[in-house]
Amino acid sequence: MTEEHPIADSEERIFVAGQMQLMWWRFRKHRVAVVATLVVVAFYLVVLGADFLAYTNPNTTEAYRSLMPPQPIRFFDNGRFSPHVYAVTGERDMRTFKRVYVSHPDQKRPVRFFVRGYKYKFLGFIRTDRHLIGVEGATAAESIFLLGTDEKGRDVWSRIMVATRTSLTIGLVAVALSLVLGVLLGGISGFYGGPMDSAIQRLIEILRSIPTIPLWMGMAAAFPRDWSVEQIYFAITIVIALRGWTGLAREVRGRFLSLREEDFVTAADLAGCSRKRIIFRHMIPSFQSHIIAAATLSVPAMILAETALSYLGLGLRPPAISWGVMLQQVQNVEAVALSPWLLVSAVPVIVVTLAFNFMGDGLRDAADPYGV
Amino acid sequence: MQDDRQPILSVRNLKTSFFTDEGIVRAVDGASFDVHLGQTLGIVGESGCGKSVTALSILGIVPRPGRIVEGDILLRREPEDGQAHEIALTSLGDSSSEMRSIRGAEIALVFQEPMTSLSPVHTIGNQIIGAARLHRKLSKQEASELAVELLSLVGIPRAEAAIDSYPFQLSGGLRQRALIALALSCDPRLLIADEPTTALDVTTQAQILDLLRSLQEQNGMAIMLITHDMGVIAEMADQVVVMYLGRVVEEGPVDTVFGESKHPYTQSLLRSIPSIHSTPKVQLPTITGTIPHPYNRPAGCPFHPRCPDVIPGVCDKHEPELQSVGDEHLVSCFLYHPVPETSP
Amino acid sequence: MENEQVLLEVKGLQKFFPIRKGFWQRVVGQVRAVDCIDFHVYKGETFGIVGESGCGKTTASRCIVRALQPTAGEIQFRTDDGAMIDVANLSRDKLQPLRRQMQMIFQDPFSSLNPRMTLFDIIGEPLLVNGMADRGKRIERVEELLGLVGLRPEFLQRFPHAFSGGQRQRIGIARALALNPSLIVADEPVSALDVSVQAQILNLLLELQGRLGLTYLFVAHDLSVVKHICDRVAVMYVGRVVETAETQQLFESPKHPYTEALLSAVPQPDPSLRSQRIILEGEVADPANPPSGCYFHPRCRYAVDLCREQTPELEEVSPGHAVSCHRALELELSGTLDAPVPQTAHS
Repeated sequence: MTEEHPIADSEERIFVAGQMQLMWWRFRKHRVAVVATLVVVAFYLVVLGADFLAYTNPNTTEAYRSLMPPQPIRFFDNGRFSPHVYAVTGERDMRTFKRVYVSHPDQKRPVRFFVRGYKYKFLGFIRTDRHLIGVEGATAAESIFLLGTDEKGRDVWSRIMVATRTSLTIGLVAVALSLVLGVLLGGISGFYGGPMDSAIQRLIEILRSIPTIPLWMGMAAAFPRDWSVEQIYFAITIVIALRGWTGLAREVRGRFLSLREEDFVTAADLAGCSRKRIIFRHMIPSFQSHIIAAATLSVPAMILAETALSYLGLGLRPPAISWGVMLQQVQNVEAVALSPWLLVSAVPVIVVTLAFNFMGDGLRDAADPYGV
Repeated sequence: MQDDRQPILSVRNLKTSFFTDEGIVRAVDGASFDVHLGQTLGIVGESGCGKSVTALSILGIVPRPGRIVEGDILLRREPEDGQAHEIALTSLGDSSSEMRSIRGAEIALVFQEPMTSLSPVHTIGNQIIGAARLHRKLSKQEASELAVELLSLVGIPRAEAAIDSYPFQLSGGLRQRALIALALSCDPRLLIADEPTTALDVTTQAQILDLLRSLQEQNGMAIMLITHDMGVIAEMADQVVVMYLGRVVEEGPVDTVFGESKHPYTQSLLRSIPSIHSTPKVQLPTITGTIPHPYNRPAGCPFHPRCPDVIPGVCDKHEPELQSVGDEHLVSCFLYHPVPETSP
Repeated sequence: MENEQVLLEVKGLQKFFPIRKGFWQRVVGQVRAVDCIDFHVYKGETFGIVGESGCGKTTASRCIVRALQPTAGEIQFRTDDGAMIDVANLSRDKLQPLRRQMQMIFQDPFSSLNPRMTLFDIIGEPLLVNGMADRGKRIERVEELLGLVGLRPEFLQRFPHAFSGGQRQRIGIARALALNPSLIVADEPVSALDVSVQAQILNLLLELQGRLGLTYLFVAHDLSVVKHICDRVAVMYVGRVVETAETQQLFESPKHPYTEALLSAVPQPDPSLRSQRIILEGEVADPANPPSGCYFHPRCRYAVDLCREQTPELEEVSPGHAVSCHRALELELSGTLDAPVPQTAHS
């Protein structure tokens, strides 16, 4: 009665492959998603080493360097590889009262790797003053300005690095928070059903029916003015997460409801498994990959929410630096017309949003290796 | 009644493959058969045998990444002057206007799951009226009268009221009847029914089969009935085509195929079905093993790994051809015809 | 049959599903999925429940294993130590030790196995949660079970996606057997399988019954399969048992008009048996809104006024043969076995 089933070695590999393995095999085929994942990873590396990648203190203002355009790095000096920048001096044009910058090709400042600069704590605990690139003895006035400076003379590149850290962690923390809320409330709703379910579903509906911007405005206005940057930061995260969990909760609830009807869950019940075992051994593993995909797809929404809030002046406020805070400075025609390099802070917002979306799409497709 | 010696549809050496990332699936691999007016051709086989893809190929609606790679599908028409002519359906583009006018009008299809083949947002009546007016010159009034007529023909009670109902308001059996009415709206000469009763209960199945039979008696259309159920085939078909892994293994009149089946697959399949008349509680004769995955089809005769009468060195090397073993009875098996001299 | 031991006795089992509507989810009606059914199953036999979709056979079977909580009724089950216990109203904790004595085989071999678990985890789970903590012992037992259902022990670390429908069904059977149950509830165990695989699974079930002395409660819609495997059968229609008898008896001389129609509707794989079928008129009654009197009367060709007014009781017409029909004794109904038994052309 034994069934004949010849086994090839390559098949055996597939037969003993677990869920994660199958998912990875499938994800790997999705080229765009793989590239997007690399982009996302690169962004989070920036988060880890923001100060290392910056070369001047992003908060130091310098009136003599206001609105300086990007300064190109020159890689060769008389045919020899020796990266350097020309020294720049600023003057005021007495007719337009605009600062005009003149570079001096005879004064070369060599650009070096791992130079000393302002002091910071790498990963939050290693005290150091080394930076990836820079010029020796950089100050706010004498440095390189890869992406130019803003009107207070702060270096845009360094600010973007630090802003990336703020914006991306807010996105991640907010998603993590909404994931906890969503899985918990969605799980209760889906597993127990009944009045609990109705109550949670009505709450979700109410939360979702409140228009976002006024809700944020109301809550942001409620933050005391004297809160520190960190306090505002966490408050903003919570505000964003408070609405973000509803979508995930619905997803989780739906999964619970459909899984409750699955025969393998009934079988586990009949085998005498405890409720806890059924939930954690059978139900959650069955949809965790979907939830990860859904969470990934909601990260860009969180990032955009923070950016929008800060842009409107309701979120983070200087001296905190985030993409939204940086974009807030370019809210006028003058900036767009005369110092277009300031708009560069919109680029990471777009890139990271796209990358997260492509990655999430890939994950979602890969999450169901048994699907179509 | 027309001359039923001339088939209305001839399928010759049809090959349809699916080109997927994982490999090529030869869903239909050289199927040939004829369908005659006023007769029912039963195509029977287990999952993956290519019976549904055969139907989709005839209608030119093979979903991507599949396409017809080889073979001819000839539809015979009888124009007014009495001169029959044939149209090669494979030479028409899938979405050409000619193909579209054939699909639905001359060849109609009834699917297994009526809920997905009927539009959920239009009433039954509107769907029939729309289909009828698309292919036939009818006024709205005429088409609506036709719809009522068809619905009562297929046995839907209170047809005048039923034309205004939506598919979800009908039960499974009634929905299948409505789908048949829709298929009949253009007076097709060939009705392809793909597992029309699989989703239904036995008593409803009996109703639908009875309906198909009486419709055939009334309008003399040809029916191509695709199913996995040997019982339904025995009940309905005049001619039977047995398929296994994309190939026709046996073909012939229903009494011959059931009474004097020659191919080991047909024989084993028939023996393995528990019947109301078989001795209860005894071990049934079975076919060993399982149907191979379409990606790793066995070489030679596709059935050889499971075949009780396999000839080693022959069946696993050469592909048998469908050849005659008697009156209208074709079998593709080396037990009945010589092995080709040269190896391919 | 009288002196045989009853393993399971179902009395007045009911399962209603409330229909809720509106914002407050008010209950506006009941779907009477299982409406007061009685039957008993002897130890070591195969008892079939047949009927068409929506007749309540699956709901009834799920109530018996307590995957669903019955609305009312008794489910008396003889435990391994010989006592009869009503499992219908036991709490989850009290039910726990009884679970191992009744297990279930599911219809869909794809949804019944957790795709994220290996064969060892799937079949070994009942052992693990019932106290067999030692991994080595579990491996041994799982390998033994795999051998029992005709699968190779090397398959232990594979995931279900490596298997075909028939093989998955074998895995499901191995899981059900893990705890040495006395009763196996099989809910359409072969209806999702290909014809050639169906026979393999039926053979396996018969073989296991012979070897392990199992009792089957076999739920099916395919009468040929039921005829082949069951000793006694109950026919259900719209939540009720309309007829119950020994298989041979039921197929030879059905006493309920519905049974007669059902038997005649089964297409036989033999073209020489094309017979005049009894084509039932109309549709199966809606269990949320059943007709008056006998639920079958609107479709019954023998119905009289009494059938419209009064609900018939399930009454014994001969030993072991009970029918719920007012005209059971006067009607001459035809079974399927009067037709000459055809000789198959091959041996």
